[in-house]
Amino acid sequence: MAFKQVTSPHAHGAQNTAKVMQLVVWATIPGLIALTWHFGWGSLINVVLASITAVVSEALILKMRNRPVWFYLGDYSAVVTAVLLGLALPPLCPWWVVVVGTLFSVVIAKQLFGGLGYNPFNPAMVGYVVVLISFPVEMTTWVAPLALLPEGVAHPDFLESLKLVFFSASPMDGVTGATPLDSFKHAAGLTVEQIYQQDSLFSQAMFAGVGWEWVNLGFLAGGILLLCSRVFTWHGPVAMLVALALMSLIFWDSGSSQSPGSPLMHLLSGASMMGAFFILTDPVSSAVSHRGRLIYGALIGILVFIIRSWGNYPDAVAFAVLLANFTAPFIDNYTLPRTYGHTDRRKATERLED
Amino acid sequence: MRQTWVTPGGVHPPENKDQSLTQPIGSLPIPEKLVVPLGQHIGAPAIACVTVGDRVLKGQKIADPAGTISAAIHAPTSGTITAIEARPVAHSSGMNALCVEITSDGKDQWIDKSGISDFEHTSPKALLSIITEAGIAGMGGAGFPTSVKLNPGFKRPIDTLIINATECEPYITADDSLIRERAEEIVEGIRILSHILGNPHNIMIGIENNKPEAIKALEPHTKDTGINVVSFPAKYPSGGEKQLIYILTGKELPSGNIPADIGMLCVNIGTTHAIKRAVVDGEPLVSRVTTMTGEACEINRNYDVLIGTPVEHLLNHNNFDAQRCSRVIMGGPMMGFSLTSKLIPIVKTTNCILAPSVEEIPHNEPAQPCIRCGMCAEACPASLLPQQLLWYSQAKDHERLQSHNLFDCIECGACSYVCPSNIPLVQHYRSSKSDIKKAQEEKVKSTQARERFEFRQQRIELAEKEREAKRAARREAAKQAKASSGTDSMADIVAAAQARTAAKKTSPEQELAKLERAVSSAEMRVQKAQDKLDTASANSETDEKINILSAALSGAQQKLEKAKTRLAEHSN
Repeated sequence: MAFKQVTSPHAHGAQNTAKVMQLVVWATIPGLIALTWHFGWGSLINVVLASITAVVSEALILKMRNRPVWFYLGDYSAVVTAVLLGLALPPLCPWWVVVVGTLFSVVIAKQLFGGLGYNPFNPAMVGYVVVLISFPVEMTTWVAPLALLPEGVAHPDFLESLKLVFFSASPMDGVTGATPLDSFKHAAGLTVEQIYQQDSLFSQAMFAGVGWEWVNLGFLAGGILLLCSRVFTWHGPVAMLVALALMSLIFWDSGSSQSPGSPLMHLLSGASMMGAFFILTDPVSSAVSHRGRLIYGALIGILVFIIRSWGNYPDAVAFAVLLANFTAPFIDNYTLPRTYGHTDRRKATERLED
Repeated sequence: MRQTWVTPGGVHPPENKDQSLTQPIGSLPIPEKLVVPLGQHIGAPAIACVTVGDRVLKGQKIADPAGTISAAIHAPTSGTITAIEARPVAHSSGMNALCVEITSDGKDQWIDKSGISDFEHTSPKALLSIITEAGIAGMGGAGFPTSVKLNPGFKRPIDTLIINATECEPYITADDSLIRERAEEIVEGIRILSHILGNPHNIMIGIENNKPEAIKALEPHTKDTGINVVSFPAKYPSGGEKQLIYILTGKELPSGNIPADIGMLCVNIGTTHAIKRAVVDGEPLVSRVTTMTGEACEINRNYDVLIGTPVEHLLNHNNFDAQRCSRVIMGGPMMGFSLTSKLIPIVKTTNCILAPSVEEIPHNEPAQPCIRCGMCAEACPASLLPQQLLWYSQAKDHERLQSHNLFDCIECGACSYVCPSNIPLVQHYRSSKSDIKKAQEEKVKSTQARERFEFRQQRIELAEKEREAKRAARREAAKQAKASSGTDSMADIVAAAQARTAAKKTSPEQELAKLERAVSSAEMRVQKAQDKLDTASANSETDEKINILSAALSGAQQKLEKAKTRLAEHSN
């Protein structure tokens, strides 16, 4: 047994895919806590429901594809997709929204393209966009942050939340409200200062928008943890955030009624931080080289701002990421690093000379 | 402290060097049989110059180099040649190759050694031939014949000599312990090298800073010699030639070039020791320091091992436990290859035998799909994109592989080391490289075949054209003849034929000479026939024979008469 043929290297680092995926799941916890604190139990229910759906559907489709089920389930990639989708969906949305979104993510966006490593688009965002377009009412109803609930009203408790998710057809009144990005979209004719004064979402906030700022900071914290554990490099997230900040600075227009909002508001609203650290860092569907990821990240930042400011949807991370997924292979062709011993960067499309 | 440069990428696997450094370099009893492969270096295998049954002394040459890029092989101990045949050798493919087996007589009796004490007054050419004769090949791993490397030609003057003492692979401590114990000899070897190369002004020993004792050991000997000991932070693979050049000089070796092209030369520190032994002590390369380590062996230490010692001998003397061992590796855990037989011998490039336990180096896990996480690209010292190379390697897209600089991959294994999906990336690259090389060779072959075919077609066409032209000319002549036959009378044709015959006739003088020759030769034949008849009758042969001979005589006489008549006719 000792004398056998094995290829080098014989030593192997401690990292493995399952551990990386688990780490990503753990890193969402600050964001999940912030969401739960400010918006109630809905997000946690989303995450758990999506995870169960994802694991069951992945197991079934692996079986249908004649793949070893436990080997592939063990990579935790389905759980990561489900957790990210669950976090992106509105808290207390009906259970079938979560299930449809997750099924679409896992079965169609991932497994039908060949499974882990072969999906050209971010599975979670495909699922998100499918339910966003299909069920606009359910998808645009957000729970109001805790701080803005009327005196004496609280978020439904856990059991009540479950009841709402599984049995209530219509979203409850009283606890729903607009998001900061909604407010800007629908506050035509007002200057930024007027919006900030009138809307308690901003007037009671510390940096950007009540509740949302903490959710974004939570995801930022998780993102920094992943960055420090070298799960991904800084290039994509930083490029996206810088591009988003720069775009909002350029179009700030000194806070006039035409202004789409301040850089800080954009960075700490909607899915900015979650997108930057958890969505566009999906390595399978992003560009590969450092320069490629800089371009890819910046493209997402710019698209997010454009769609938020002039598009039909208040937030845009999902659309921006999917559009950028299309460009990733193209970006890869022109962003090869300079190899040792070469004076120039080469293009992937370079033809060999005969 | 000299400036050093930092290479991109690299990994920090656990070093595991301490366990083999607790004891000094040891020696093993001489094995009963030594198996010395004829190909221990890059280039053509040497050609055996002994035959089975010959008695050899330690250090006696047993194989001559075959051509320029080759190296001589010497008997590692005294004894008798008992076999010259194919045996399993140290190669990643686990192949067999021609080896010389020596049965030791236990005396370990040296040949007459003749060293040179003042190499400074010996010509570089003479020193180079000593190194050639001593069969020295790079001892760091590749095994390139040293005398070839040291002779880059006057067009490539060497101004920087780099001595590679990096030893960046985990577990291996052969160079480290060699420096600790034999620093003086090493420095003398470097001075010989420097003399051969015309004293390059920049001589550096590159060493990782995890070997403080070795660095200290070198200090007293390198003082005021112009040799700089340059240490830098440990990182795998700093010891790669290209990486070391960058770390020490900040220059990159252009792709496809050798260091001599940019005035540099890299020599492993073990090689300098062998050079000193060859030049000063007159000892050819018959032994080397090899690390024996890994948890499956009770004793971990360095040994001065005779070339040709079977791995089994080394393992047995260190209480090897095959049950605990996951694999036996020749070389380090990053670039070494697993051995398929315990009979494989130690060769000039064997710096380590690693016998790890299953806990130390577990069995390989099945590969998961690549998620393009990019950890490999972060680890790659050559700034390649291993994840893309894998993709194109699986797709067999040779063009993309080459535009992604596959051939700049040094196969260090850093990418596979970090890969969270346990993908044997390097193996994919090796296989793609050989596929591409094979495809290129086939392309050359098919181009040649096509050219040959085209040339043949051309030749056939040309011949056909020539034939056609001839046929046309003949047709034309026939047509003309036909046309003229209409006008000319029959008499003209006969006259023309007669004229042709007349033209063919020879002159009367020639005719006369010809007839005279005919007469004289006929006379000769008559004479011969007469002689034969006389001897036959004298020996009283049978009547039948005598009749035949007399008939032949009369025939010859008739011919003579005829010739004489014709001569007479002509003369008239």
